Order: sequence, then structure tokens, then C-alpha cells
Amino acid sequence: MNNIRELSKDESSGMTIIVKTISRLVLSFILLFGFYIILYGHITPGGGFAGGVILSISYVLLMLAFGSKVALAKLSNFWASMLDNLGALAFIVIGFLGLTGGYFMTNFIWHGHPGQLISAGIIPLCNIAIAIKVSAALYAIFIGLSIYGRIVTEEEK
Amino acid sequence: MNALFHVLMLFMLIGAAVAIETKNMLSSVIAAGAVGFGVSLMFLFLGAPDIAITQVIVEVLSLIILIRATTFADNRAIERKMDSFSTVTGLIFIGFLVMAAVWAFQDLTPFGEPLMRVSRRYLSGTAVETGAVNAVSGIILDYRAYDTLGEAIVLFTSILSAFVILRRRGKKDIEAEDTEEFGILEQEQL
Amino acid sequence: MGGTSSLYIMNMALMGMGIYALIAKRHIIKKIIGVVIMEYAINLFLILLGYKTDGIAPIQDSSINAAQLAVRAVDPLPQALVLTSIVIGLGTLALMAAQAIKLYEKYKTFDMSEINRLRG
Repeated sequence: MNNIRELSKDESSGMTIIVKTISRLVLSFILLFGFYIILYGHITPGGGFAGGVILSISYVLLMLAFGSKVALAKLSNFWASMLDNLGALAFIVIGFLGLTGGYFMTNFIWHGHPGQLISAGIIPLCNIAIAIKVSAALYAIFIGLSIYGRIVTEEEK
Repeated sequence: MNALFHVLMLFMLIGAAVAIETKNMLSSVIAAGAVGFGVSLMFLFLGAPDIAITQVIVEVLSLIILIRATTFADNRAIERKMDSFSTVTGLIFIGFLVMAAVWAFQDLTPFGEPLMRVSRRYLSGTAVETGAVNAVSGIILDYRAYDTLGEAIVLFTSILSAFVILRRRGKKDIEAEDTEEFGILEQEQL
Repeated sequence: MGGTSSLYIMNMALMGMGIYALIAKRHIIKKIIGVVIMEYAINLFLILLGYKTDGIAPIQDSSINAAQLAVRAVDPLPQALVLTSIVIGLGTLALMAAQAIKLYEKYKTFDMSEINRLRG
């Protein structure tokens, strides 16, 4: 944790101090809004796809403002791809658990009262799984574009 | 409401024309982003807040990706003579599109009066059968969850292939040099 | 021309612009922008088809019951299909950008006809 704090104070990497200060203020709110969109997906507009993209955008902002070292110290390339796989796996496992209720992807949990936060059976769980999958995948591809996609110029060679 | 739709649509058409014809690549990308935000406003007024949210956010991220792909190269427009062959080919394909559109528009319902045979069943049943108040959530994760699983796998595959394409060297070369540069590549091999 | 509305025709014009950019432009990023514009046009067309005049969003809040919702709401089915297609569009866009970056790295140009000429 200390390491991240030191890295984020490094003046040489990332953008200017103005961008860093603003994104420090804004980042937590972006994350919070993402969680809201995911968890309330079955009640209000939103859901796993939109919320997942919001979560990935918060990490992309971290990467753009503070440089790739800070973002990768928070969530490394390995863990991003791992979370991507785990999200997809969780979605499939929920689908197979539906076999207990009859067929693939049955809504087998008690539905509750419509309109409450804990209701709708597997829908919030699926939303969370999809959000993990989408956010990790898009963050991983941004890592790929900004690190692997670096053009090697003639001088560097 | 109808006038608003026409104004937005006109804005998007102008934005698309700018995006296609302008010489500077950066302004071209940003004009395409303007079209995307126009689409998201359109979604909002068409009664689809779910996809309006998604479109706004996806637009932000795709702008970042496109700018990333554009700016590292020298940004000069490719100076060119008019390539008549490809222009003619493009116009021929647009002709095909117009023919297909004229043929298809004959069977469409008028604007503002959707058919909604299955949807009426979904709308009246969502709250009882799935417990979700938001009908769109109920459809993508209960009635048609199998479809969503397929879409998740498509996303997974596209990300995977992008990684395969972007990887510059094999693992052994990476071991040999610049492992310490980002500190993540060693971790990847564990 | 039974159900033609001017909005549908304008939408087709947007789609036509995308096809034109995809085929006639030489710059790879312009081609990608053409694909993106086509994607917008298709998504928007599906949503336009499901619009009901003065319809409300398909969310059943406490002020409305299921039977009223089925009469008054817009069509939720195209929305559900478009929602996933938008996110997948982002994935394919990233794939296309990756390919463009790779092509630039190899040929040092974004010009498609130049790349065709250099290939041999």
C-alpha cells in the first residue's frame, strides 16, 4: 500500500498535478456509482454491462492520470485476466445451478417482493458476475493497448 | 417529440459526414464520438434509459481507445488522388443498401406502433415471474439468459484475440529482457 | 412503402455513410470509424422499431401495474438485445484498434493501398 502511495506521488509519470488532484477526488465517486448501477440493475436502469464498463473506466482513469505503474500496482495484468475468467465462470456456474430448478439458467432462488433490493433471484448475482467479467476484460484490453501496443521506434531498437 | 428526433438525427448525420470527410484524424475521431453521444441522447428520448447509460459510458471508453490508436502515429492525413474505383464500389454497395431498404420497409410497422407480440407477454410477466422490476434486466438475465451467455463469450473471445495480436514477442524473449520494466510480466508467468 | 417514416430513411442514410467510409476510404482509422457508425445505425434502428408513441420506459414502478405497463411501455426486447451488442461493439473496436496498431508497426503507415503495395 505504501508503495502505491509513493508511486502516485511520483511527478515524472502520468499527467500534471491538476489532473491528478481532480482524479483523486473523482475516482471514488465513479467506483461508487458503478457499484450502484450494478447492484440496483434489476430495479432501476443499468445492470451488469453498464456498471462493469463504469468500473473499468475508473481504472482507466487511474492509468491515464497516474501512469501505468500505479494502476498495475492496484490491479495487475495477471489479476485482470484472472477476474475476467472468474466472472465468466461464475456466470456459467450460476447457469448450471439452475439445473436444480429444471433447466439451464432457471431462476431457482426465491424471487422476493418485486422492487426491493434483495429480490429477483439470480438476476443480481448474474449482474455481479457479468460486471466483474466486463470490467476486468475492458481494463485488461486497455493494459494491452497501452503496454504491448507501444510502438518501438528505430532509436529504441 | 418527433421534431426533437429529427433534429438529433440531423445532428448525427452531420457529425458522421464530418467524421468521414475531415482531413485531421483527431477531429475525425472526436466527430465520431459526437455521433455516439447523439445516439445515446436518442436512446434516452426513445424510452430506453438502460442502453442510454451504457452507450454514454461505452462511448467514453471507445473514444479513449480510438485516440490511443490514432495519436501515436504521425497524424498527417494521407494525401491522395481521388481513387475512383473504391468510390464507385462504395456507391454500388450503397445502392444495394437502398434496394434492400426499399424492399424491407414495405413490411415494417409505422414509427410509433411496434408489433410487440412477445414483448407484451414479457412486460406483463416480468415482475411476477422473475421478480425484477426492470423489464430489460428480466429479459437479458432470465427469459433470454442463454443469449447473454453467448454474448459474454463473444466479448471474451474478442478480448483474447486482441491480446494474441498485440503480444509482440514470445515468453522466452520477454524473460530475456525488460521483465523489470513494469513488474507484471514476471507475475504473469507464475 | 407501408411503414416508412422519415426517421427510418435518415437512419439508412447514416448506415450508408458508414458503408461508404468502410469501402471508399483508405485510412485504416477511417475504416474503423465507418464500422462504428454502421453499428450505431443498426442499434438505433432496432430501438426505433420498438418505440411506441408517448411510451414510457419498461420499468414497473409503484405507480403502475403490470397490465398498464404492457399497454403503455415501449418494446423492451430490442433494448435487451442492443444492450449486449453495444458492449460487444466495444470489444470488437478494441480488436480492430489492436490490428491497426500492429499493421502500423509493421508497415509504418495507415494507408491501406500503401499496405497492399508493400506486401510483396
